[in-house]
Amino acid sequence: MLKGYALRLLRKKLRLRAALKQRELTRVANRTREIKPDDVILISTLRNEKIRLPYFLRYYRRLGVGHFLFVDNGSDDGSTEYLADQPDVSLWRTDASYKRSRFGMDWVNGLLDRYAHGHWALTVDIDEFLIYPYCDTRTLPALTDWLSASSIRSFGAMLIDMYPRGPVSAQPYREGQDPFEIAAWFDSGNYTMEPNPRFQNLWIQGGPRARVFFADRPALAPALNKIPLVKWERRFAYTSSTHTMLPRGLNRVYDEWGGEKASGCLLHAKFLDTFAAKSEEELHRRQHYAASREYRAYQDHGDMPELWCKWSEKYINWRQMELLGLMSKGNWA
Amino acid sequence: MTVGFVMLVHEPLDRAAQVARHWARSGCPVVIHVDKAVPKPVFRQFATRLSDFDNVVFADRRKCDWGTWSLVDASKQASQLMLDRFPEVNHVFLASGACLPLRPVSELRAYLLENLNTDFIESVTTRDVPWTTGGLDHERFWYSFPFSWKRQRFLFDRYVSLQKAMGRRRRIPKGIVPHLGSQWWCLTRRTLTKILTDPRRPEFERYFSRVWIPDESYYQTVVRLHSRRIESRSLTLSKFDFQGKPHIFYDDHLQLLRRSDCFVARKVWPKADRLYSSFLDHDLHLSDRAAPNSAQIDRVFAQAVDRRTRGRPGLYMHSRFPQWDWENGKTAAPYSVLSGFGDLFDGFDDWLTHNGDCRAHGHLYAPDRAHFADGANMFAGSLSDSAVLRDYNPKAFLTNLLWNTRGERQCFRFGPGDNQKIAKFIAADPNAQISVISGAWAVPLFQSSRDFAATRERAAQLQKVETAYLQILREPQVRARVRIWSLSEFLESPVEPLQILLDEIGHRGERRLTEVPRLVRLRGFGAFLQNLKNEGMHPHLIGEFPITEYDDIPKRPPHRAIAGE
Repeated sequence: MLKGYALRLLRKKLRLRAALKQRELTRVANRTREIKPDDVILISTLRNEKIRLPYFLRYYRRLGVGHFLFVDNGSDDGSTEYLADQPDVSLWRTDASYKRSRFGMDWVNGLLDRYAHGHWALTVDIDEFLIYPYCDTRTLPALTDWLSASSIRSFGAMLIDMYPRGPVSAQPYREGQDPFEIAAWFDSGNYTMEPNPRFQNLWIQGGPRARVFFADRPALAPALNKIPLVKWERRFAYTSSTHTMLPRGLNRVYDEWGGEKASGCLLHAKFLDTFAAKSEEELHRRQHYAASREYRAYQDHGDMPELWCKWSEKYINWRQMELLGLMSKGNWA
Repeated sequence: MTVGFVMLVHEPLDRAAQVARHWARSGCPVVIHVDKAVPKPVFRQFATRLSDFDNVVFADRRKCDWGTWSLVDASKQASQLMLDRFPEVNHVFLASGACLPLRPVSELRAYLLENLNTDFIESVTTRDVPWTTGGLDHERFWYSFPFSWKRQRFLFDRYVSLQKAMGRRRRIPKGIVPHLGSQWWCLTRRTLTKILTDPRRPEFERYFSRVWIPDESYYQTVVRLHSRRIESRSLTLSKFDFQGKPHIFYDDHLQLLRRSDCFVARKVWPKADRLYSSFLDHDLHLSDRAAPNSAQIDRVFAQAVDRRTRGRPGLYMHSRFPQWDWENGKTAAPYSVLSGFGDLFDGFDDWLTHNGDCRAHGHLYAPDRAHFADGANMFAGSLSDSAVLRDYNPKAFLTNLLWNTRGERQCFRFGPGDNQKIAKFIAADPNAQISVISGAWAVPLFQSSRDFAATRERAAQLQKVETAYLQILREPQVRARVRIWSLSEFLESPVEPLQILLDEIGHRGERRLTEVPRLVRLRGFGAFLQNLKNEGMHPHLIGEFPITEYDDIPKRPPHRAIAGE
């Protein structure tokens, strides 16, 4: 009972923060009036990601995203201008601290409240690519229509770190290229999960980052559980990245009685040749989670070690992921 | 002589209009009931789109609510209108706005012509079908349901509990036996007329207007009074999920739907452009169609229900994390946990790999690292041999290993020197086959050249740990297959246990054991044990081991082939 109240207060606090942090955002292009009632809305925060944007937009347009909301956190590589020109993008810009905006989540919560109420909202990073059952033949609206008809409000997707064979920086990524032509490999079966009673989510760790960078302190390995797709309501709030939300019922994207709920994966195109420069910059800015622990771990390893191993699996399609048990069709046929 | 379609539609109307045009163009009269919830301008637009057909008429609109009498009312009125306006209609086919014709109208006509007097309506008694969901079985005929399940769930549930507590049982009109079935039927003019003009109709309606989901029971029941011939199946393909909600068809179901022997499918996603264009725009010719195979369709949708309710055994993932004992299989496949064998035989793992159809690992839970087979430092699924990673979640380590190696049996060694946290889990797992030679840990101690005080201490420690392990294995709630021999018991006849072990694992090659592994030298072992006892440490797990007798064991050298025994 008390715990419920504590979480309620936390949610109110987060929403208030989000509302206040909206003042840090400067509107660059606002096309939100063109959002149609059934549109799936994608929202993302970025900094200096020009090279990734063309493929990102193409990927999600093809999946059927209706409108994009972006927060540009101080880019100086032309990302701002590029995004401002896109016909289905609304863009805000800020030079304020990413860290003090709870790693962008205050900005995101605020924009979702204002523009996504009643819509299905997809919250992803620029290097995250959603796959879900039948994504090669059914668009996102097919999925969201089905979720709505099934009275499901949130859709879980586990983060899968993708990496190339050989050194991470061996193959340069070209603008517009499918990043998984290079980072085509992943770990298929070394993930651990623990229920988190406070938020009722599953806490998932593992994959190449745990086995290479955090083998001596696995408790610190990054969380891989994500809830990127939500039928947004004004009272909702993301608490920690897209790992957990409030009200906590939204975190119950897993079944506890033996069955499988429908779920997807977020393919994580982090480990490309752009990674070295990025981690150097992020370490310098000290704007990332838990004192940029993750980036320090990478730096500690000096030369970026090869992530590929003999048991790495090469990505083919969503059916492969479903067979491997990394996602599920659940009840969707 | 033709078939007429009664369509019950609500928004979105585009696809309904397209389907109605298709039927009307093929010469079939269509009567459409549009839900009153659809705004007037939208309805008018819809009506205009169909105004060029004189065989399309609209029934009076009323508000329809799922699971209520309003749906029956609407279909009754529309059917009456069909019978009055189109005397050439011999069969009336009830459809919805989300229906899609799968086979050309000409085929349907020919089929109905062959079955001129047959009513196609699924109609079974509640006793014989388990497929009601929500726990309302015969109750749906005994109670009344004045509240909407969708909008007034609280009142709905309370009222049902109240009636249950009161033991309510409404009187069922004389002469009828309640039947259930799909609400999508195709009835003959004769039967439908008799249903609509039955003198007892007001009585039936009074009763059925209060039952739960009358559109699945009214026609299905009264048709039994009037029909000359009932074929109890629906001509409409409709699949239901575990919540009783219809499955939706998408573009990628095209090949599947082509193989259906049903004439109409429900329900179709409105934006499934390929389905609509394939089945509507150009009538498929007979030659294009594959042979009907509805079993395949059944399988696909039955699998979905199974996956959602039972899931894949042994899988732990971000959308399946079962509570303890709800796993439908704690692990993905049977496996063997062997204690002591490796201590007692030289090259036991090699022997096991050679004779058994399995992958033989070393001590997976050893303190230094996970000893995968062949000394590998990585294993299936990119599992790391790091002890820290493994001990971070010992259970996930094992369930991952077994999930990643489905199709190949896994065996591993487990002893008192290993991390014991996994013991409870394997003891509770019916897939685990646990064989223990208790006290075998004394053999490596005996072989080692450590000073005796340290050995004694270590022996006491290992014995304590193994005792705890054996205690877990002997608890009443153990689900694993457990076999325990004391060391002395085992040494009396080592071949039998090995044979049992291999039978369980599966043989590579011959069924009978032709080669046993080489037993380590045990000369002086009895004296060693006596020494331990003399130092006050009683190795009770070993059993009664004679001090001298085994000094020259094995009497029957077990390393020699014993073929032909």
